[in-house]
Amino acid sequence: MNLNLLILIPVATAIGIIAVKGLPRVRMVALAGALVQFILSFVLFFSFRAERASGNQDPFVFTQYYKWFPSLNINYQIGVDGISIAMIMLTAFVVLAGVLISWRQEKWSKEYFLLLILLSTGAYGFFIALDLFTLFFFLEVAVIPKFLLIGIWGSGKKEYAAMKLALMLMGGSALVFVGLAGTYFFGGQSFDLSSGAHITMDPDKQMFFFPFLFVGFGIFTALFPFHTWVPDGHSSAPTAASMFLAGISMKLGGYGCLRAATWLMPEAAHYYQPLIIGLSTIAIIYGAFATLMQTDLKYINAYSSVSHCGFVLLGIGMLNETAINGAVMQMVSHGLMTALFFAAIGMVYDRTHTRMVKDIGGLLKITPFIGTVFILAGLCSLGLPGMSGFVAEMTVFMGGWQNPETLYRVATILACASIVVTAVYILRAAGKTMMGPLVNQEHALFSDAKWNERTAAFVLLTGILIMGLAPFIITDIIYPGTHVLMDKIASGASITNEIELLK
Amino acid sequence: MSNYDYISLIPILPIAGFVLIGLAGKKYFPALSGWLATLLIGTSAVLSLFTAYQYFIVDGAANGVYPQLLPVDMQWLQFTNTLSINMGILLDPISVMMLVVVTFVSLMVHIYSTGYMKGESRYATFFAYLQLFTFSMLGLVMSSNLFQIYIFWELVGVSSFLLIGFYFDKPSAVAASKKAFIVTRFADLFFLIGILITGVTAHSFNFTDIIANLTSPEFLKEYSATFLGFSVVTWALVLIFIGGAGKSAMFPLHIWLPDAMEGPTPVSALIHAATMVVAGVYLVARLFPVFAITGSGAIDVVAYIGIFSALFAALIACTQTDIKRVLAYSTMSQIGYMMFALGVSSQAHDAGFTASMFHLFTHAFFKSLLFLGAGLVIHAVHSNDMKDMGGLRKYLPITHITFLIGCLAIAGVPPFAGFFSKEGILHAAYTTHPDIYYVALVTSGLTAFYMFRLYFRIFWNKADIHLHHFHGEGAWSMKFPLLILATLSIAAGFVPFAHYVTATRTEGHMHTDIMFSIAPVLIGLLGIAVAMMWYKNENDRADKAVAMMRGVYRTAYHKFYIDELYIFITKKVIFNCIGRPAAWIDRNIVDGTMNFIALMTGEISDSIKGMQSGKVQGYAMYFFAGVIGLTLICLYIWM
Repeated sequence: MNLNLLILIPVATAIGIIAVKGLPRVRMVALAGALVQFILSFVLFFSFRAERASGNQDPFVFTQYYKWFPSLNINYQIGVDGISIAMIMLTAFVVLAGVLISWRQEKWSKEYFLLLILLSTGAYGFFIALDLFTLFFFLEVAVIPKFLLIGIWGSGKKEYAAMKLALMLMGGSALVFVGLAGTYFFGGQSFDLSSGAHITMDPDKQMFFFPFLFVGFGIFTALFPFHTWVPDGHSSAPTAASMFLAGISMKLGGYGCLRAATWLMPEAAHYYQPLIIGLSTIAIIYGAFATLMQTDLKYINAYSSVSHCGFVLLGIGMLNETAINGAVMQMVSHGLMTALFFAAIGMVYDRTHTRMVKDIGGLLKITPFIGTVFILAGLCSLGLPGMSGFVAEMTVFMGGWQNPETLYRVATILACASIVVTAVYILRAAGKTMMGPLVNQEHALFSDAKWNERTAAFVLLTGILIMGLAPFIITDIIYPGTHVLMDKIASGASITNEIELLK
Repeated sequence: MSNYDYISLIPILPIAGFVLIGLAGKKYFPALSGWLATLLIGTSAVLSLFTAYQYFIVDGAANGVYPQLLPVDMQWLQFTNTLSINMGILLDPISVMMLVVVTFVSLMVHIYSTGYMKGESRYATFFAYLQLFTFSMLGLVMSSNLFQIYIFWELVGVSSFLLIGFYFDKPSAVAASKKAFIVTRFADLFFLIGILITGVTAHSFNFTDIIANLTSPEFLKEYSATFLGFSVVTWALVLIFIGGAGKSAMFPLHIWLPDAMEGPTPVSALIHAATMVVAGVYLVARLFPVFAITGSGAIDVVAYIGIFSALFAALIACTQTDIKRVLAYSTMSQIGYMMFALGVSSQAHDAGFTASMFHLFTHAFFKSLLFLGAGLVIHAVHSNDMKDMGGLRKYLPITHITFLIGCLAIAGVPPFAGFFSKEGILHAAYTTHPDIYYVALVTSGLTAFYMFRLYFRIFWNKADIHLHHFHGEGAWSMKFPLLILATLSIAAGFVPFAHYVTATRTEGHMHTDIMFSIAPVLIGLLGIAVAMMWYKNENDRADKAVAMMRGVYRTAYHKFYIDELYIFITKKVIFNCIGRPAAWIDRNIVDGTMNFIALMTGEISDSIKGMQSGKVQGYAMYFFAGVIGLTLICLYIWM
């Protein structure tokens, strides 16, 4: 299939949104666009499987190539493998749910939907890009709308949060840019990612540029200690923006860390491995404990995202096939799960107009649907088998444990320990807000979820359950993709050993 | 060899029931959902009995050994080329026995609940949860590998959470459900680490492979990796046992079980007496050949934790006044018996294994009987507390007789079922661990005492009592299961259990030693006699005894202050010393640094440019310009 459709349809949707007037029409256009894209992602999934079944073993399929800036060897080059398809499907699920959740967005609805669609365009482009410059271009496309979404439609300290988020993500992008420049100049004057296996950089140069690329992308995915934009940004954002931020945007970082930083510079990845594992373990544990103390539902989910995204970086940092598979699965799983959680929080907030845990109680009885969704999102977050979180986390743990280094095993155990803390904060939040007695008698008059909220929750839950009940559907496409990456990543180990021997 | 094609239906029926009733039951067929659930579970029970018949009777032991069958096995989640989680069904003597127990007790509880939960607004939801639980428990007992058992282990945990918190507008129920989930989750952490170690060491999660690989002579000879002085296998087993101890409410992870009694009484009978809480025993039994390797040391941990929990819980049970809590502590104590019975066994002396499984089997019947009886008592007096009861034998004749049978069974009076299984346990302990035997003997005296304290205080004690709002003993749907379970509490003891279940899967035979039984039976009768003297009529003998042993009594009454210790650790230590500082550091130090950097950038740009843009684009520009400048410098140097 033609991958350009994945970008053209959001662009067409955006033009459609500009062309029509009034919330009812705008949202219909946005929904139609999201729906087409949703179907397209399934078409992509099945045609990819068909392609593989027909014997096409190229690392990337459906590739296209157009010259962009020939003088700098920058090309518009796209293509997908199993990992990018998993991320594209995640994006399609979250975008559809996000558009549905925003169904009653009265304030400046046209601009709102436009920015949402623009953000998704950036994400789709990012995941199909096979040229580092194209990748960077789409990364930037995805950053700008976030600033506006929070700054204009946000709540609380929205200007502060928007500024902080924009600054930190811009900073991250700048670091990424330096890293990209490094790979360009020392990796053969090429931004070509599709032949990533052939880009070889001198290990010394890798040592210098790897941190730029990894930290730059890491900021997007809440790498400790650059995660502080997450709580403020997520909690000030409107519901759909929170879903996009945590569900899609944070995954750009993880994907970049894997596809660009680790793949292109395997020697440096091995060299910095202890640091990556150390920081991600801190993020997991520290994020989980910090969540314990939060009193605002959105802060709870935001800090918990810091902890959960730690698993992504931990999996990448372990540098073995199982753990990296786990990292990719965790990206998909966390995207779906956190979007569902933010959607549930949004549904609660739309009714109660408060997100403070202490002011809410016993909603399960009044609004059973919302309560059930909230509890299911929580159960997925704490890694209940049958839902996506479990399979992803277990794969990361298993991969971590395969690493024979004692220290990395300790890190794995600490990461495992976080699932207990997760259970504590999830049950505290759900037990207080959904169960127990009604806190505010006015809440007894609430109506349960509307059709759009129900559909949004249903879409995300379907993704979570499919992945949790039949993980082989998704691992079948992810594993071969990781396998290709591993050929190069594993080769980095020997060179690191040589460096140590030389010392 | 018989055909077991139908076997996957046994778990599939209840999960289908969960989905169907959960999604549509409340809206479209609320009144029918109870009977639909009962029908589904009844079919599962019939299939399970048929499986047992085929497995034990039709096929029987081939050359004296029962086979291990794997009728279903599919890859579910692959980790590496060799290591993956499979979903399979393993049939061997213990799993077939557990299938019968789980489906049968679940069926009784379903029937009972159709009466007990009548009029409840979330009637359909209740049955959906019961179905979910039964499915998870069946998946657990049929698991073919360690990771699969962990998956269903978590699922029974969550169904237990949902059922304990069924009355979710009651704060105490919510607190109890959270506590149960979190404490078992904490234990499961160790279980998970144990699984990781085992999987990597044995190169497989399959029980058959784990046992074959970890007990092979080559492995034992060559594998010498140790950690802190213990072999890796010992560590793995102890960690797995901690997981089992959490689910099975062994000391010190027992604190959730008494609180779990907040759930509806049928739930307590099914989950917290007969099935889920014995999962830990089942887990140890599953891995018994590995545990039994001489010198692993893990088996002694099982034995001593088991006997300690048995005694500890029995002491507390003597002082509690909430009847469901007495039963909860008695469950803990009886599971302690099952645990130490496994712990005193070894490959040479495996009688304890059979006895433990036998006790699990009989206990499931008489303990669920006691709980269901307690449910009728609670319905009649609208209270859980003994002080609101007394003299109820006139009002609740069937409950009275069946409850008495249950008490006699648990007290180990012949010829009731508990006598046979407990005698087996004591005998096994006597042959290998005399120290444990004597403690167990004292505990069985205590058991008889607290059970008859319960019995007399409910059904005798007060001479004349008038019940308000008494509407009869209850529907037949509630009394029928009592009668069936009471029959089984007598009959189950006569099953030639050793013929079917032994550690080596061979056909064994029961050895009853009448001379040996004299001491346990006398001690049991002594306990009953003391209880009768103190509690049959209203008198002050018990109060005098309490006054004499006030210190001990108060400590036991406050459950040896274990809960307070936990609250101290969680609230004071974890929340205040870890959680709060983490949150504070994040807001003030980590984020503070970030803000400070931003502020400094602003300040510096102010002083350089002498103008204040205040626009984020401006700041970003500076950032960008700086970074690009830096890049150029670096590039210059490098090139």
